[in-house]
Amino acid sequence: MEKLINDFSFGLFFWQIIIFVLLLLLLRKFAWKPILNAVNDREEGIKNALDSAEKAKLEMQNLQADNEKLLQEARAEREMMMKEAREIKAKMISDAKEEAKTEGDKMVAHAQAAIESEKKSAIAELKQQVASLSLEIAEKVVKHELSDKDKQLKLVDEMLGDAKLN
Amino acid sequence: MYFCTDFKDTVICSKMQRKTLVRILSVLLFIVSFSGVAQDEHVEEAKEVLPGNKTKKEEIKEFINHHLMDSHDFNFFGSTDEETGETHHYGFPLPVIIWDGGLHTFMSSKFHHGEDVVESNGNYYKLYHSKIYKTNAEGTINYDEKHHPTNVRPLDLSITKSVVMMLVTGLLLIWLFSSLAKSYAKNGSIPRGIGRFFEPIVLYIRDDIAIANIGENKYKKYMPFLLTVFFFIWFLNMFGLTPLGVNVTGNIAVTTALAIIVFLITTFTGTKDYWKHIFDPLGDGMPWYGKILIYIILVPIEILGLFIKPFALLIRLYANMTAGHVVLMSLIGLIFIFKSWIGGPLSFGLSFAISLIELLVALLQAYIFTMLAALYFGFASETHAEHEAHGEGEIQHL
Repeated sequence: MEKLINDFSFGLFFWQIIIFVLLLLLLRKFAWKPILNAVNDREEGIKNALDSAEKAKLEMQNLQADNEKLLQEARAEREMMMKEAREIKAKMISDAKEEAKTEGDKMVAHAQAAIESEKKSAIAELKQQVASLSLEIAEKVVKHELSDKDKQLKLVDEMLGDAKLN
Repeated sequence: MYFCTDFKDTVICSKMQRKTLVRILSVLLFIVSFSGVAQDEHVEEAKEVLPGNKTKKEEIKEFINHHLMDSHDFNFFGSTDEETGETHHYGFPLPVIIWDGGLHTFMSSKFHHGEDVVESNGNYYKLYHSKIYKTNAEGTINYDEKHHPTNVRPLDLSITKSVVMMLVTGLLLIWLFSSLAKSYAKNGSIPRGIGRFFEPIVLYIRDDIAIANIGENKYKKYMPFLLTVFFFIWFLNMFGLTPLGVNVTGNIAVTTALAIIVFLITTFTGTKDYWKHIFDPLGDGMPWYGKILIYIILVPIEILGLFIKPFALLIRLYANMTAGHVVLMSLIGLIFIFKSWIGGPLSFGLSFAISLIELLVALLQAYIFTMLAALYFGFASETHAEHEAHGEGEIQHL
């Protein structure tokens, strides 16, 4: 201990304090502050860059999800449109069929009606002709018959004979 | 001997960097060992000049003691002229500044390594065992019964070898780190060159020493001190291992100055909770009459603790660095005592191994000093709310 105290040099102590404090102040101003600030800035920068990268990634994911959604929507819409089209097509076909059928039926009915009326008129005409013809014949016959009196009388007798009083 | 804590965290270099580092260190160590040999040649020659008076062991002991002390001139090595018996010193003198009822300044070369008496403004001074004593015109030094000089020692504010080394280290640090700061500005916050080696260390001190011990909110104002003290101690420790043969951090005055600065910062940044913890450690959990009995013992211990903490810092650094230098130089000295084919290489190998350990210790002691300073700052700046959160972490670090 005595040696320690004996070795203690006040001059060295004095200079050490002065040099160290000066060194501390100079280094603080010209070295440590700029260095620590630069390092801090860099770290902050890295952190920000990482954050924004993460954000961009998220955005990208969102975008992708959106795209996917849009695509799906489009697909669904297409599907729906196709389905609708198919339905319309089927409906149109069935409608056309129906229409054609009713039209056909109508035409057939019309034709049938026409045929019927034609037939009727033909029959009527035929009847008329037959009637007039038969009248003519009957007239001729009657004329011819009535010209022969004996025969008439004979006939009347025959008839009278047939028509015995029942 | 070494006050080690967990060191593995400080190994930051990648494999490649480690390889080159080892290569550089090996070369450095070779030079260190070589310089040791060179210095000891001087010891041997000195011994031949003074035969009979001292044994080789005493010679080496004296050399080591001399090496551990501060010096008034910057000596690289010395040699003795065999014909005239004169000793030549190769180096350069440093200015001597003495306050003794007035300012006395002259170059240390006037002392002629303790051989001459220097007259300055009517006062006479003589260098004896690296210290300046006031003497009479003949340079007589009086001794007490223990062979200690009784002459008056004037207030010596000389620029000694240690002061020069501190200035050199300071300038080196300023140049190194301000250029690093500038390179950040130039390269968009990306370090270049040597900055790639130092930046991880700076970040380590910020993240694992300052933030871990002081806390996210308050570490910023302590950062300049922690960084400065770490690199200052580390660089000076490393200079201590070079052939320059300086032992700045192994000087009690230097470590005392550092410890006092730590103490002042701790004291002046102490929060209310810190002082309350010292003068009222039990808090409101106990009635006053209960406290009195305990506080008679407890409060003095806490107050003593205030001073013991920085005192431990100064002794730890001083003892570790001095011990390292003594061991290293003693092992080198052994080479000249054995003087045999087995002993010489053995001592050389041992001193080489110890040099490697000393490199580690140089870093380790800087780390421990910074770490403990941060821990004390952490205690001082703590507020009650943070206390709960940080309590466990601090215990782990202790």
